[in-house]
This record gives sequence, structure tokens and C-alpha cells, in this order.
Amino acid sequence: MRTITYRQALNEALDEEMARDSRVFLFGEDIAIYGGAYGVTAGLWQKYGEERVIDTPISENAIVGTALGAALTGLRPVAEIMYIDFIGLCMDQLNNQVAKIRYMFGGKCTVPLVIRTEGGAGRTLGAHHSQSLEAWLIHIPGIKVVMPATPYDAKGLLKSSIRDDNPIVFIEHKMLYNTKGEVPEEEYLVPIGVADIKREGKDITIVTYSRMLLFSLQAAEILEKEGISVEVIDLRTLLPMDIETVVKSVKKTNKVVIVEEDCKTGGVGAEIGMQIVENAFDYLDSPIVRVAGADVPMPKSPVLEKLAIPDVDRICSVIRNMLK
Amino acid sequence: MEISKELAIKLLKQMMEIRQFEDMIMELLAKNIAEGGSHLYAGMEAVAVGAISVIRPDDYITSTHRGHGHAIAKDGDLKALMAEILGKKTGVCKGKGGSLHLADLSKGNLGANGIVGGGLGIATGAGLSIKLQKQNKVVLCFFGDGATNNGIFFECLNMASLWKLPVVYICENNKYAMSVSVERSHAVKDITKKAIAFDIPAENVDGQDVIAVREVVGKWVNYAREGKGPSFIVANTYRYYGHSRSDPRVYRTREEEKFWKERDPIILFANRMKQEGILSQEEIDSIEEEVRKEVEEAVDFAIKSPYPEPEELYTDLYI
Ligand SMILES: Cc1ncc(C[n+]2csc(CCOP(=O)(O)OP(=O)(O)O)c2C)c(N)n1
Ligand SMILES: [Mg+2]
Repeated sequence: MRTITYRQALNEALDEEMARDSRVFLFGEDIAIYGGAYGVTAGLWQKYGEERVIDTPISENAIVGTALGAALTGLRPVAEIMYIDFIGLCMDQLNNQVAKIRYMFGGKCTVPLVIRTEGGAGRTLGAHHSQSLEAWLIHIPGIKVVMPATPYDAKGLLKSSIRDDNPIVFIEHKMLYNTKGEVPEEEYLVPIGVADIKREGKDITIVTYSRMLLFSLQAAEILEKEGISVEVIDLRTLLPMDIETVVKSVKKTNKVVIVEEDCKTGGVGAEIGMQIVENAFDYLDSPIVRVAGADVPMPKSPVLEKLAIPDVDRICSVIRNMLK
Repeated sequence: MEISKELAIKLLKQMMEIRQFEDMIMELLAKNIAEGGSHLYAGMEAVAVGAISVIRPDDYITSTHRGHGHAIAKDGDLKALMAEILGKKTGVCKGKGGSLHLADLSKGNLGANGIVGGGLGIATGAGLSIKLQKQNKVVLCFFGDGATNNGIFFECLNMASLWKLPVVYICENNKYAMSVSVERSHAVKDITKKAIAFDIPAENVDGQDVIAVREVVGKWVNYAREGKGPSFIVANTYRYYGHSRSDPRVYRTREEEKFWKERDPIILFANRMKQEGILSQEEIDSIEEEVRKEVEEAVDFAIKSPYPEPEELYTDLYI
């Protein structure tokens, strides 16, 4: 199979869905001639013109608000918020309008809206360009939250998101854009709300998502050589969360580590852990352990930034301790 | 306006410091000595230098994501700024902030900001604080053309006018917000018109002319100090480098860049000082040489400085 980057995979998904459905349009800052801050929309303005790839002013609140208005009245916008760090500027529209409108109106409308954004640390950009804010979003009933880690999932999930009639926040990771993976030429979709076992194992389960999948797989590789067999589950969608796949794995391995980049306190791992407790407590041989981001704003300094998020060594040593 | 030799040297030197500092960062980025991104102020020096030259050390500024120039003009220490940009322990924010978060509260610099428009609330709040504490200070609030499209801009201007706060809002109109021109993103092309809605006096100024910037900002700083309220200045200028290191600048023409580089604020000012007999070419050259040494020393200091200790990860969050 051919190999392409995560960036290209996303670009193909947008391209294919725009070609398939003329109601789909792109809406955000620097997405037209510039092709997006991370190059995901490159070439699409040239191909589809300025009514389908619209550069907006720096007005995040209005980007989300107007995208909602368009979604309610016949179009299928794919809005881009350049960094998830800027989501605060549009959180009111997202939380009070986008997420609630269908329910408040008694189910009498649909909101086919995708908000693409990008998060995570790794480029030493400091506190305003490195955050992992997905936990804020899974606390909002009415939206779905998708976080792909591989090019294959990125493409298939973005296509599914654009076709979904619900509002979706689609979170990419800045350190994944250049990563490569196999992506078929033919069309395919990846279902929203379904986790994927990226590596089978029997001694312990890692539950993870986004960039931390890559770290988890590296850790599993290292531990394999030490005779520890690690199962790695990529959630892919955080809301709704596919807890069944996780529970099935826990019943097999009886041990769980959650690896997440966001701040530990009130993070996504807390939700995953609690759902495991609710659904598989009797199968756990030991307490669930989280390897998570530090509870601090992201520091600029490269040495501190590395310490602020999980790394492969930390994942390995946590697992070694648990299996002692 | 008469310019003393002392003032001429100060203005020229600061503009040269900013230019050489920024050129140096571009080199450090290319060599991967500096990591991450940096938005460079080259081309826009006359705005920060002219504006900040008319305020007092105890006055405040708020800065932007393109904040190195403001930090240097507000008496920033080149060594501590450079070290911060490299994420070193000796940096002005101990290596925790970086290029996007340069700040020095001891000098009245309330900080650069990674969020476009992020400084507007802080500046307006500092203005309110000055008023409530009956101080005689002012705030210079810097932001880009792009920031005037975000909600906080409108909310803050309304409050500032309503309460007559001593804030001079300075929009650095460098014609683009990343790749999007003012033409393509503002309903009014003359940004000063945005102040009309709030009954705030506004005017344009040539942002390549450090003396013109001084005069206009000086006038509105006095107005603010007299308790008359806020004002809004649009300084028309240009950034020389791309928005970021990887920006191929496809959204603007090389001719346009050439046009602006022919109006280089440093060259314009140096020539004028020569014509008026205030500085000689030898003096100008020696200032440039002095700045070169300073910037080299700053880089040397920054590179040799240690990174923060691991324990620093958890310090400074709470008292
Ligand atoms: C709220 C917010 N939206 C978007 C960005 C990304 N961004 C960083 S700088 C920039 C352009 C800003 O343009 P302008 O205000 O004109 O300042 P300039 O860069 O031209 O100095 C953008 C869109 C951001 N940092 N913050
Ligand atoms: Mg601008």
C-alpha cells in the first residue's frame, strides 16, 4: 500500500468530501492561499475557489457562530481554529450554541458542522500554542470529539466527520503532520466512536489516543523484548467513548495504564479510568495508573517541555513497576 | 521638532538593536540553535522605538506575538531577552515564556502575548487601575491590524472611552495578518475609522518615520495624562520577514516588499540625521558596530546559559 503523511491524508479527506458534496466548504484563518498554518488545506482554494475555501478575519467566536448558522441552513461547514489554544475565544459559541441547539429545539434541527483544530506540545511554542484541551470538550454533551493518531485514521475519520450530521470537534496533533503511514488509494471511512486495538498483548493494557499512541507503541516494542506483552488501544474518538473495547481488553489483561498528553487533573484519563471502574472493577488486579501531562501551563524551555508531557521511558518504567 | 544629539543616538541605537537582534534570531533559527517559532519585528522598528521613547519608565506597555521590538524599546536587557527566546534559565521569564511571552514587569512591560488581541484587556485594565489609584501614568497598547477584527478589541475600546482611561491604543498596521491582507479582511480599510464608533480620537501615522511616531504618540500620551481619555493611532508599517520561518510569502509581491524596504526606518532616520548635521556617518557606523557587539554578547550569553533545572517545571504556578 502507498504511504502518505498525516497532513496529506487530511488534505485528501477534505478534497474528496468537497468533490463529493457541494455543500461542504472550508472556513477559517489563513486556509486559502496560505493553505493553513500547518498546510492541511494546501491547494484546495486553487481547486475549489474562494467561495468554498474562505479566509476569515481573526474572529474565532464569529467563525464558530457563523459556521453554525450556515450548518443550520443547508451547508456543511468545516471550520478551522488554528490552534486549540484559541478555542477559548469561541467556547461560548461552541458550548452554548453549537452543542445545545438541536436538543434545545426538541431535535428539530441538525448541525452538520466540523471544527478542525490542532493541539499538543513538542515545538517549544510555549503556553499559548501547546495545550491539550480535549478534556474541556468531552464535558460538553452535544458535540463529538475525534482525535486521530495515524494517517489512515485521520483520513477515514475526517471523511466520516464531514458526513456526520452532528457537530464534531476534530483535533489533530502538530507533531503528527509529518508522520507517515499506509493509506489506501480507494475510498474508505473510519467509524466515529470506535476504538482500535493498535497492538495486541496479554499482560497489560495501555489506553491512549493521538500522539501518545506513538509513544505507547514504542514503549510496547521495548517491553516486548523484556517479555512483557502490552495491548495498546487507540481510542480515536473521545466522545462518544468506546468503553466496550477497553473493557474487553481489561478483562483479558487485568491491568491498565492510561497514557495522555493533557494535564492529569480533570483530564481525559480521569474519565477513562472511572468508566473502567464502573464497567470492569472486578477484573482489575491493580489500581489504574495514569501517565499524563504535568498540571502546569506548557513551559517554553525545551527541557521543561519534554518533562511536562509523557515520554517512552516513563511509560516503560511505570509498566515495569506495575508488573513487578 | 529639534532633536538633540543624545536623543538621535538613542533612537538610532534602539532601532539598530532591534534589527540586528531579529536578524540574529533568524540565523539562530536557521541553525536550529533557536527552536520553535519567532515572529520578527524587522521593518517595524520605528513604531516601538518612537512610541516608547515618549513615555516614562514607570508607564506601561502591552505587547504582541511580535514582541521583541517592544521589549527592547522598553529598556529590555538584550541578554535576558535572547536567553528567554532560547528557553534558558537566565531568560527574562526564566525560560518559561519564550519569544511569545517576553515580559518584564519591573520595567512596565506587561508582556507579549501568544493570543492575538490578548494584550488589549490587560492594557485597558492597567488603564483602569491607573485611574482608580489616581496615578499619573499611561499605557501604550500595541497590537496588529489583524487584532482589530477580534471581539476583545471592540469591548475594550468601548470601556476605555466610557471611563476615559489613559490608554493609547497603537495599531501596527503592517498590511497583513499572516497571509490575509487588510483589504481582504477588514470592512473598513482605514482602520482609524473603527474608533469612531467609540468616540475615540484617532489618526494615522507613518510608521517608518520614528520622529513622526514620536510626535503623534507624544501628543496622545499628553492627552491621556491630562485625564482626557484614550486615543487610537494606526502606525502604517511593514514586516520584512515572513510571518514565520517557513512562510514563502506567496500572498504578497516582491515589488511590494522592495517598495517598503526602500522606506527602511533605520536608513531614513540615519539619512535625516546626517542631512541635519546631527550625526556623522562615522558616528552612525560606530553605533552600528557597538550594537553588533552587544547582540553578539547577548547571543553568546544566551547560548552559554544553562537550561532551567527540572524542578522548575512546578515552580511559579502558585505563590
Ligand atoms: C486569537 C488568535 N487567533 C489566531 C492566532 C494565530 N495568529 C498569530 S499571529 C496572527 C496574525 C496576526 O496579525 P496582526 O494582528 O496583523 O499582527 P502581525 O502578525 O501582522 O504583526 C495569527 C492569525 C493567534 N495567535 N491568536
Ligand atoms: Mg498585521
